[in-house]
Amino acid sequence: MATDLEQARQSIGGLSVESVTETGEGRRDMVVNMGPQHPSTHGVLRVVLDLQGENIVGTDVQIGYLHRGIEKLSEARTYTQVIPLTDRTDYTAAMTGNQGLCVAVERLMELEVPPRGRYIRTMIAELQRLASHLIWLGTHAMDIGAATVFLYCFRERERILDFFEAFSGARLTYSYYRVGGVAGDAPPGILQQIYEFTNYFVDRLAENEELLTGNDIWLARTQGVGIISAEEAVAIGLTGPSLRGSGLAYDIRKAEPYEAYADMDFEIPVFPDGDVFARYRVRIEEMKQSVRIIRQCIEHMPDGPVNVQDSRVTPPKREVAMTHMESMINHFMWNIHSFPTPKGEVYSAIESPKGELGYYIVSDGSNKPYRLRIRPPSFCNLQALPLLVRGQMIADVVACIGSIDIVLGEVDR
Amino acid sequence: MGLDPDALLDRLQAHFPEAILQRAVARGEATALVRTGDLVAVATYCRDEGELRFDHLSDIAAVDWPRRPERFDVVYHLYSIPANHRLRLKVHAADGQPVPTVTAVWPAANWLEREVYDLMGVEFAGHPDLRRIMMWDDYPYFPLRKEFPTEGEPDEPADYHVSFPPGTERV
Amino acid sequence: MEWYYPFIVLAKVVIVLIGVSLAAYINVYFFRKELGRMQSRMGPNRVGPEGLLQSLADAVKMLIKEDTIPADSDRLLFKIGPALLIIPIFVAFAVVPFSNDWSFGQTVLHPVISNTNVGLLIVLALTSMGVYGVVMGGWASNNKYGMMGSLRASAQMISYEVTLGLSVIGVVMLAHSLNLGDIVEGQASGTFATWYIVRQFPAFIIFFAGIMAESARPPFDLPEAESELVAGYHVEYSGARFFIYQTAEWSAMLLWVCVAVILFFGGWLPPFGALSFIPGWLWFIAKCYALIFTIIWVGATWPRIRYDELMTLNWKVFLPIGIANFFIVAAWKTIAASLGVGV
Repeated sequence: MATDLEQARQSIGGLSVESVTETGEGRRDMVVNMGPQHPSTHGVLRVVLDLQGENIVGTDVQIGYLHRGIEKLSEARTYTQVIPLTDRTDYTAAMTGNQGLCVAVERLMELEVPPRGRYIRTMIAELQRLASHLIWLGTHAMDIGAATVFLYCFRERERILDFFEAFSGARLTYSYYRVGGVAGDAPPGILQQIYEFTNYFVDRLAENEELLTGNDIWLARTQGVGIISAEEAVAIGLTGPSLRGSGLAYDIRKAEPYEAYADMDFEIPVFPDGDVFARYRVRIEEMKQSVRIIRQCIEHMPDGPVNVQDSRVTPPKREVAMTHMESMINHFMWNIHSFPTPKGEVYSAIESPKGELGYYIVSDGSNKPYRLRIRPPSFCNLQALPLLVRGQMIADVVACIGSIDIVLGEVDR
Repeated sequence: MGLDPDALLDRLQAHFPEAILQRAVARGEATALVRTGDLVAVATYCRDEGELRFDHLSDIAAVDWPRRPERFDVVYHLYSIPANHRLRLKVHAADGQPVPTVTAVWPAANWLEREVYDLMGVEFAGHPDLRRIMMWDDYPYFPLRKEFPTEGEPDEPADYHVSFPPGTERV
Repeated sequence: MEWYYPFIVLAKVVIVLIGVSLAAYINVYFFRKELGRMQSRMGPNRVGPEGLLQSLADAVKMLIKEDTIPADSDRLLFKIGPALLIIPIFVAFAVVPFSNDWSFGQTVLHPVISNTNVGLLIVLALTSMGVYGVVMGGWASNNKYGMMGSLRASAQMISYEVTLGLSVIGVVMLAHSLNLGDIVEGQASGTFATWYIVRQFPAFIIFFAGIMAESARPPFDLPEAESELVAGYHVEYSGARFFIYQTAEWSAMLLWVCVAVILFFGGWLPPFGALSFIPGWLWFIAKCYALIFTIIWVGATWPRIRYDELMTLNWKVFLPIGIANFFIVAAWKTIAASLGVGV
């Protein structure tokens, strides 16, 4: 078996290698390399499938095609410079990538973000959750063959990206969060627009749900497929919506509230079945909860600064820097050296759209992390794929990959 | 929150007076330095003990301290979903000294340990499938070590792992 | 027989060939534009006015692209695969009547190349040949996705041909003929109430699912399921051969739609006698496009069915219904005959 897998590993893409035929139980007729170039592996994922007809008898997941060494690169950059790198981990949810790092560094430095900053960050994170789940819904539906939902989802996501553009100037890699706050306050009038968008969004979500939730083929393709029990899910390290689809209500926003989640009134949707359909339902319901959180953030948006008023991490205001010598030097030094962090280590986890996004930072007291480890939810969730596809068919593999919502940028970093 | 960090460590130390070499609480996080040989025993206790119940292995990371004789820290972040508390276990390992695997305790450790092995070069004794996970199989370096330059080693083989099976001609 | 008879047949062949190709071309545009509208996007709108020339541009592009043949493929089978698929489909159009007879004074022109008495059998026989082209193409590509696509295609096509054949038996029994023109005339009564879709509704549902499976339209597009098998049996094809596969697929869909209109929708008959001033061929085209629109609509709404579910649907749902339908029609005819009532 090992040598056959070895042989399969040496081939590329769907290129044909000698098919292996064995006799007896668990015999496989064919080894298929699904990926790294494949329309529905969500990037450069490669799954080596041992097939018996269309049934799967063995799975080996190969990753690393998008490995860019972000953890290593971070060691040569100041904390502010690491923020753009975090954009490039989970690029469908760059805001929460930023957020995870900023929350971790704030915890390391024991900073308290002012209320307005926290509310804006919470709102942005939830918008990002909507955008990320929309990509998930669209691609997941596309994998199962519902191309229309894909286009509808991207239409809605476009509106969210417009908001992000107004906040940060970027549409994919935002780098909007800063240690101690955000890059800038909300543009005037945008909160009202976002509020109106949530009304529109709820209607559109219902439309998408109508296309899928009650659709017989969708049910046949998702119900009872890719089942994982709660015990297995915890043991293999599933987190986020994928875990909640197995019936465990573990959500870091509730368990260890960060940002403004302690003030928010929302529920954690849980579905006990543990199949593809349960994970689908969890994410759909989660989008509705996100809308609730966004509305609460806008309704109770406090006034005041968005950044922590701490000279360690916040540069002097430009007017001050241009008129006072000391401030100018300070401003200059801040831009050159950024800020040092106290010696120590911290592990801080947030609930990203994919699951538990953890940042483990070891600081040696300098302005750069000595070691920055990202605990990527997609990586740990992807580990469950062989469990999910046991005894399923090829068509279910793409459904299972879609249902754990992986992003290869985050798997490989 | 579940148990507070000090109570957690007290409990652990009471049960393993020898194996817990150091303990620290900083920023509300409990850290225990575990003797490398006792890791699996401590991990199993953490998972099964009624009040600890660390059922979820969040993460395994390795930190390189090249000037130390035992240069690697392998850091385990544990979380208990039912009790809602966290714990950090650490073991030290010298270069080439294997660390016992915790895959039998938490299956989630499989890929996490593979990643640590791939990028930092820490070996895990008893791991069922210790292959490289990010880099290709015959890659000669461990890129997260401190001596590895950020820009990469210049002599990386260019035509990595694109090999064709015998009998296939390139046209 | 007049001396010019062969020339008329030749002219008909040319007209049908051109007409079918043109219709396939228009279908592609219609499909894209309509799918675009359903998916709230523009569809083709750059080449020509309203994107009308997009299909032409694609055709030219595909025809002048390099024709690659993968290494270690079976070169002969790889080359003849597309031809084996397209030829039977085009031949099958020979028995399809597109309109009622045109009379020019004394001369009557049948708008069908070959007005044979076993027209429906010929259509079924020829279209089941098409599966060879698919299987050969997929197998000869020396590609696993191609092979799995062709295996799926052969299983799917052969299975659905069984129910397809069963579903038309009722129609044939009611019409007392296998001649497609006679089947249409058998539905004539002045209103749509005597069309076989009314009298044979379950058979129509099976037939419609069958033609969607035969021409591999979503949700039955498993042989080329993009998200699973990349492109299925034609994954290794490019250039002109790929173009032939595409044309064959579209022509097959057109053929099946024509047959469906003839069998169930009264062909060129108007739905009400009062509308008979509109020429028959216009009715025929309108009905065809209504069916094609339905196919697009279903494809835009439904996700792709899984392989085993497809087989279950066919063998455990459609086949029993088809057999039951057959017996019901037979029983009804016997009873009606013994009572002396016409059917």
